[in-house]
Amino acid sequence: MDAILLQILNGLDKGSAYALIALGLTLIFGTLGVVNFAHGALFMLGAFCAVSLQKLVAVSKITIDPSQVDFLGNPLKVKTPYVIEWFGPKIGNAIIDWNVPLAIIIAIPVMLLIGYVMERGLIKHFYKRPHADQILVTFGLAIVIQELVKANFGANPIPTPAPDQFVGSFNVGALIGLDASYPYWRLIYFAFSALIISSVFAFLRFTTFGMVVRAGMADRETVGLLGINIDRRFTIMFGIAAAVAGLAGVMYTPINSPNYHMGMDFLVLSFVVVVVGGMGSLPGAVSAGFLLGILESFASMNEVKGFFEMLYLPSIDQIIIYLVAIIVLLTRPRGLMGKAGVMEE
Amino acid sequence: MNTISKADMKTLFFVAIIALLAPFILNPFPTDSGLAQFNAGYPDLMQRFAIYGILAIGFNILFGLTGYLSFGHAAFLGVGSYSAVWMFKLLSMNIIPALILSVIVAGLFSLLIGFISLRRSGIYFSILTLAFAQMSFALAYSVLTPLTNGETGLQITLNDPRILAAENVSGNLPVTTLFGLEMRDTWAMQVGAWDFQFNIGYYICAIFLLLAFYLSIRIFRSPFGMMLRAVKTNQNRLNYTGINTRPYTLAAFVISGMYAGLAGGLMASMDPLAGAERMQWTASGEIVLMTILGGTGTLLGPVMGAGFIKYFENIFSKINDTVLHGWFSWMPDGLENIIVWVLHLFTGKGWHLTLGIMFMLIVIFLPGGLMEGMSRIGNWWKRRKGDDDAESKSTTTAAE
Repeated sequence: MDAILLQILNGLDKGSAYALIALGLTLIFGTLGVVNFAHGALFMLGAFCAVSLQKLVAVSKITIDPSQVDFLGNPLKVKTPYVIEWFGPKIGNAIIDWNVPLAIIIAIPVMLLIGYVMERGLIKHFYKRPHADQILVTFGLAIVIQELVKANFGANPIPTPAPDQFVGSFNVGALIGLDASYPYWRLIYFAFSALIISSVFAFLRFTTFGMVVRAGMADRETVGLLGINIDRRFTIMFGIAAAVAGLAGVMYTPINSPNYHMGMDFLVLSFVVVVVGGMGSLPGAVSAGFLLGILESFASMNEVKGFFEMLYLPSIDQIIIYLVAIIVLLTRPRGLMGKAGVMEE
Repeated sequence: MNTISKADMKTLFFVAIIALLAPFILNPFPTDSGLAQFNAGYPDLMQRFAIYGILAIGFNILFGLTGYLSFGHAAFLGVGSYSAVWMFKLLSMNIIPALILSVIVAGLFSLLIGFISLRRSGIYFSILTLAFAQMSFALAYSVLTPLTNGETGLQITLNDPRILAAENVSGNLPVTTLFGLEMRDTWAMQVGAWDFQFNIGYYICAIFLLLAFYLSIRIFRSPFGMMLRAVKTNQNRLNYTGINTRPYTLAAFVISGMYAGLAGGLMASMDPLAGAERMQWTASGEIVLMTILGGTGTLLGPVMGAGFIKYFENIFSKINDTVLHGWFSWMPDGLENIIVWVLHLFTGKGWHLTLGIMFMLIVIFLPGGLMEGMSRIGNWWKRRKGDDDAESKSTTTAAE
């Protein structure tokens, strides 16, 4: 039981990253009808917002302290980060410690802006072009973004630790009479993504803006004829989708140190998730994300592996996502919740 | 339809001439000049041009004609490589049985995958093929290690059985041959400052490229090719007229899978090793990019796309900072450093950036790929000439 609970947690955790990226992809596809291969790059850019903030708060003022000497006998150079000098050691250290959560505040406007610029500057011209062109141009953009990040930050993963308070792990199992401890930050990641997902849904469901967007997703032309500037709202939705991917990236940094190709690694899996959920279906994307995450972590359990070995079959933890994708697509032609006629031509 | 039209004959002849003279054409700069690094006329790269050309031609038969975008073609390439290397290990170092086996195995493999994947269309088909390819990659990488040698990759060793080969007494690893002609044999010709290399392996690849190209012309012009185009244009209408399109699309899928298998087999024949990374989705993506970049659905486009990408991959990645400093050493120091710093982003390890930017530019401004660019230039040239003619005519009439 403990192991199963742990695997469910693991799955929810993996699933949250898939679900967040897939949600953004579906938002873009559902509104603009564009297949965005640069979405993984947006996820990566979000993660590098956190890295940049980490570098920024570590910028130090160098003062020479004559009372101390280093091993060569020169006066010691003392580095004090500017934040500590400005806000005092208490707040300053807290800012340095909490840079990942703080990066959220920076990431939201930055990613909204990036999304806006990307849509107006590039994607706008590709509405009427074939999907293959959209895929190719966004793929090219993803390569460009990736290489620029690599040129700036180097090719190695950059560790970005979570705040000290959340470093340990928490015994989740104790709440229901089991014994299963799980890292704090991963729990927070799951809660955070649940929050983001539900707020996106609430935004679409309960605000006027969301209502117009939903109407536009159903019938863009009619909404336009009613005198509503639907393009503008769709552009904003693109920005929101970019921000969702960016936030997923920011919060992901303590789990895996970000590197420049993390976006591509996630992108393919997220596409599988989107398609399994059904193109254009938001609930489909989210539920497929969590479903595939959980299945993946169950397949990597030793017991499951042992079971397959007993049957003389290879273990399937490496391929489970693709296997499930194949089965789902063959039994349910449009994915779990897809609509007919979308992307089938 | 037993004859081949004059225009197609011309194209084929053109490709044949280019392929034959490639060692000259790709080596325009003298060996000791500063521009020598733009030369692409060395065996390894020329072989790759031909092999990837075959791959892209095959992919174009599926994607260009039927419009089914497969994202898993690298799997067939990998399967072809593995089977060829197994032939080298078990039978002999002759490339003919290896190539035959790799084409057959890739054909069977694509029959299986195509049979399942073609039940869906659009992006669902793409994701199905992607899923199959990623599965093959993961399996080749981990579980099927006895067959594929996992992450090390499958290689030939000294104590392989090789039942048809003569006893190996030299103690060196045997090399791939075609009835005694060694693939790596290169005959160098020096003309003045130029150094031209004629490699047997390259010419074998080029012959296969020509065969592949000829076959693709025949398929494009055949009733079968017409049917595939009809599938791309309007599959529903075909279904309504009572035609089952599945056998046609499946045949196209298998044919293009066999092309990929041939390419994989040739790759292993030039360099007898096979690794799982050849099957990864990035490799599949590269095939798609080559085809689209060159011009989907055109005869010559995919070959050009393949050559274009492979050329820049090899040439740009070789330009490092030292080379750049060498180029701009005539400038004042400060300016030189600035220019080198800027160009450094785009060359050497950063060549992917150049690739990405070029992709975007081509997709944005030339949706039909390089072929469209060429035809645009051709049209513009014709129109200009036409204007000139018209002008000269009008002036003459005025003079009269």
